[in-house]
Amino acid sequence: MAGARTLAIIAGSACAAALAFGLSGYHLFQLTMVVTYAIAILGLNIVTGYNGQISLGHGAFYAIGAYVTAILISNYDVPYWATLPVSALICAAFGFAFGLPALRLGGLYLALTTFALAVALPQLLKYPALEPWTGGVQGIVISKPEAPFGLKLSADQWLYLFTLAIGAVMFLLAANLLSGRIGRAIRAVRDNPIAAEAMGVDLALLKTRTFAVSALYTGVAGSLGAIAVQFVAPDSFSVFLSITLFVGLVVGGVASISGAIFGAAFIVFVPNLAEQVSKAAAGAVYGVILIAFLYFIPSGFAGMARRILQRMLPQRPAMVVRAEVGARENGHA
Amino acid sequence: MIGLLHQILSGLVTGGIYASVALALVMIYQSTHHVNFAQGEMATFSTYIALALIDAGLPYWGAFVATVVISFIMGAVIQIVLMRPMANAPVLSSVGVFIGLLLVFNSLTGWIFSYTIKSFPSPFESSRPLLGGFLSPHELGATVVTLAVLVAVYLFFRHTKLGLAMRAAAFNPVSSRLVGIRVGHMLALGWGLAATLGAVAGMMIAPVVFLDPNMMSGILLYAFAGALLGGIDNPAGAVIGGFAVGVIENLGGAYVVGTELKLSLALFTIVAVLVFRPNGLFGRVLVTRV
Amino acid sequence: MPKLLEAIGLHAAYGASKVLHGIDFLVEEGGVTCLLGANGAGKTTTLRAISGMVRTSGEIHFAGVRIDGRATEDIARVGIAHVPDGRGTFMELTVEENLRLGAYTRPDRAFREDLAQVFDYFPRLQQRMYQQAGTLSGGEQQMLAIGRALLLRPRLLLLDEPSFGLAPLIVEEVFTILHRINLEQRMSILVVEQNANLALAISERAYLLETGRMVMAGSAAELATNEAIRRSYLGF
Repeated sequence: MAGARTLAIIAGSACAAALAFGLSGYHLFQLTMVVTYAIAILGLNIVTGYNGQISLGHGAFYAIGAYVTAILISNYDVPYWATLPVSALICAAFGFAFGLPALRLGGLYLALTTFALAVALPQLLKYPALEPWTGGVQGIVISKPEAPFGLKLSADQWLYLFTLAIGAVMFLLAANLLSGRIGRAIRAVRDNPIAAEAMGVDLALLKTRTFAVSALYTGVAGSLGAIAVQFVAPDSFSVFLSITLFVGLVVGGVASISGAIFGAAFIVFVPNLAEQVSKAAAGAVYGVILIAFLYFIPSGFAGMARRILQRMLPQRPAMVVRAEVGARENGHA
Repeated sequence: MIGLLHQILSGLVTGGIYASVALALVMIYQSTHHVNFAQGEMATFSTYIALALIDAGLPYWGAFVATVVISFIMGAVIQIVLMRPMANAPVLSSVGVFIGLLLVFNSLTGWIFSYTIKSFPSPFESSRPLLGGFLSPHELGATVVTLAVLVAVYLFFRHTKLGLAMRAAAFNPVSSRLVGIRVGHMLALGWGLAATLGAVAGMMIAPVVFLDPNMMSGILLYAFAGALLGGIDNPAGAVIGGFAVGVIENLGGAYVVGTELKLSLALFTIVAVLVFRPNGLFGRVLVTRV
Repeated sequence: MPKLLEAIGLHAAYGASKVLHGIDFLVEEGGVTCLLGANGAGKTTTLRAISGMVRTSGEIHFAGVRIDGRATEDIARVGIAHVPDGRGTFMELTVEENLRLGAYTRPDRAFREDLAQVFDYFPRLQQRMYQQAGTLSGGEQQMLAIGRALLLRPRLLLLDEPSFGLAPLIVEEVFTILHRINLEQRMSILVVEQNANLALAISERAYLLETGRMVMAGSAAELATNEAIRRSYLGF
């Protein structure tokens, strides 16, 4: 089954890559952001969906990743691609350090602390003592990378393909992690912590490590986002970024790998539509849709898609579908 | 020395606001084990309603009372319509509904009342400072109002039958039903009261910090810190915690980290509590014999 | 004696697992009825079904009115006081507050009047009046639970294993008081017990429940002398 999922991710990415040659400019940028947010939501999904620990502050890790990349590029002339591993490590370390006290306690403590982190973050980023690195309120502007090796691609096309490739690798790694032994332990902590502990899982440590991995994913997404937007500033990373990621998680599908993509598409395209009504409408639309999904479609778009596919192909379920269902059943066993 | 005293006093003034919101959070936490992430935005919305009523020509205290009543109804209706069906849902769903409420209230506020920053009138306006220049008349008046509300809430829970029934419903809903308490009504009442506390806090702080749709988000953070510091399941502790956080904020802002990082003090307080005293200062250790 | 409570074809289930499979029983006005059975027979579920705490089908009539399907708090309000398993103490509240809650549906004056009576039965509660109820001993908590139930001034008292976890002397004391309450107040009681000897001693009617089915019904004396019951439940 793991093979089927790998195949699905590779095939999906190849199809998505083809889009680079059909679209241009703003649409490609939007797709780049979809992939970026998909990675960020996947990160959130690992801890909140699979591990059951609610984070309302993943925007903070996105911001840290974005700032690490921007600072490395503008202050130290590090090539953009080389900033990704650095940002991954730093975000994982932050996640670990931050998760340690909050996850020891379980319950809503993580949600509370991460929410507090998200609210306080813009102020921290504006702190004058950090201004030589962060650029204070002004933020940092970086330039758009050009296609390397003399490839005949526009900067937009290259950025999209680059982001997509990173995304494909990260989705593959996550799919493998979650379907294996560690993935089972991660889900066991969510579904039956007492049994998991009895079976020798160190709950606090596993939760903290999962949180670190999750922060790493969202941090890398932040780096990619910074490269795509070419600008970071404190006010781009308000608490609403964290909330947006959370909305994407629920609407896309909790504890579903493909859900991260649905969720990302939702948070990229829906506000654009909503803002045509009113600047304030985006928030209200998010809020109403979030509540509506929780009541009526708690499995999100991914769950809906799965049911539709199953109905269309009753005799031979597509391989992807079967893999997804298997993952879900394991998750709730 | 005078400066220090001044900082402590004005810390207690804002602390009263944090204490009210912290108490609102703890009331809902005790009865449902939910943390209302939308408490701040609900309070902001209430404050805008008060401003709209004043602008429409109501005298200040008339608008105050009307806002209290409207907020109470709003809180109770939200509990009945949105939270009741979520009673047995997984934590993620209830947290999601709170976040949804936060979004809806935040953007409704901006939508209806616009995002521009507005000034909010104080009923205690007068140009000369009191207490030898330590406190403005508004600060003193707001503190009196806040304390009066907190005392009223205390008396209500301690000395009325309804207050006792609400505490019972929070501690032990099953036994409460067996003695005839309508637990659902108690939860709705609790939400109404919590929304009222938030509304009063909003109206009292708005003249100081000015009114904008995100006015309460920082205050909610201090209230979280206060609630955790005092013990998230202890109403009296939350009130004391709220005052303490007000003082910490002012002293820390003046002497340690500077005003630019004031908000982060709330975050540091939260993390420090989790590391050193996860049950809070007054977290209840229940004595039980089986 | 007229019947106060009657169950006809009562089924009950927790989610998908069915516990009661169509049982019939009745409780007479002014009498003590006991429901015997082994662990897991469905005794507690029967009481919960009466109080509307589980999903049921079938009929339950109380004083001529159908009460099945009603909310727990409404059933309490028609005059059925339920002392649940585990005693249902409000641990965080004081003894006085616990008792006050018992009289929640009644006016304050009625509480003050009836309190003297509760103290007459359970003088120890008076000494513990302002203590946190969680600090009481098991026996005291059982007394508090019965006192709380009496303050509802019910027509029917449901008791779930009042002897559970108590020392033999205390158990005897509790049952003596229950007997007094029945005699002095003409209080109708439905008691669920594993300790069949004790329960039969104060009961007029008795039922035997086995895995969700009523397998025997009759006067307490009949059941006490029944050979099979003696061997399985009375232990001699």
